[in-house]
Amino acid sequence: MISPDMPVWLVIAALAIGTFLIRFSFLGLIGDRPLPDWVLRHLRYTAVTVIPALVAPLLVWPAATGGTLDPVRLTAGLAALATGYLLRSTIWAILAGITVIAIGLGFAG
Amino acid sequence: MTQPQKPTDQTAAIWRGLRDGAPFQLIVTPFAIVFGVVASEAGLDLLEVMALSILVIAGASQLTAVQLMIDQAPVFMVVFASLAVNMRMAMYSAALTPHLGSARLWQRALAAYMMTDHAYALSAITFEKEADRPTAWKVRYYFGVMVQILPMWYLGTYVGAVLGNAIPPSFALDAMVPVAFIAIFAPALRTVAHIAAAFVAIVLALSLAWLPWSLGLIVAAFAGMIVGAEIERRKPELIA
Repeated sequence: MISPDMPVWLVIAALAIGTFLIRFSFLGLIGDRPLPDWVLRHLRYTAVTVIPALVAPLLVWPAATGGTLDPVRLTAGLAALATGYLLRSTIWAILAGITVIAIGLGFAG
Repeated sequence: MTQPQKPTDQTAAIWRGLRDGAPFQLIVTPFAIVFGVVASEAGLDLLEVMALSILVIAGASQLTAVQLMIDQAPVFMVVFASLAVNMRMAMYSAALTPHLGSARLWQRALAAYMMTDHAYALSAITFEKEADRPTAWKVRYYFGVMVQILPMWYLGTYVGAVLGNAIPPSFALDAMVPVAFIAIFAPALRTVAHIAAAFVAIVLALSLAWLPWSLGLIVAAFAGMIVGAEIERRKPELIA
């Protein structure tokens, strides 16, 4: 439980303002000034690096299993990866992952 | 906004965004419910839980804040660590700037408020494939994606906070989160450079997971971006 001494509203306000400033940073300050080529070349790879880096630890050490590798969660992730890559489709990738979770945890439970 | 657009094009852009973003309602809603459950069980009241979801709109960061508040961390550390988790959004902001930078200030401010992993991932991939679209089209596409996802984020949080632990753990809502993110980036692995970038990012994220404040994520992402960009610079023929 969170202690009553914790200034929760201070935390909420700081997070709200701080997060907005992070999101607004480049969009707000740079606007339509053109970015150099080398910056654009790096930015093209943000989606395929930030998101995998965010996901990999969640998949390998899921909090729900106390941080131990879970075959169902791992297989669901790999199924989504293979399906998404081969079919070039987000929807089919999600459905593949959900299917593995439903079957795996259904049988396990 | 270099050329005037027909109203039909603009409506079509909103519809494309709505259609492309629709599957993410299935993902965002369970994640929001998970947050609502966790936050209310931690002792936050309904108003505090909703304020976090409406003002911050960043699940990983919100969960970090709740966990650190439970752990009695100093306020400065709670805020610093939760904002560090969101630093990736500075990269999103930079990546969207070539596409949305010439939009009006209020549109850019609204886009910043709405900026999430989903908004960024879908838009970045669409804008990269269809780079010639005018800014007005891209702005409408982006808002089309998010205008349906945000209400589900608020609503899911509310349901989670009110229902609390009435939801059985066997639903494994948490397992949906990685699946959702993988489904976003897997179709974008178009070239050797993209695959190498993702591979480096994954290996480093796992080996640097011990670093505090999500620094491992930032380092892994930068290293992957450098690898992808370097392959593209040396072997541009692989990218086309």
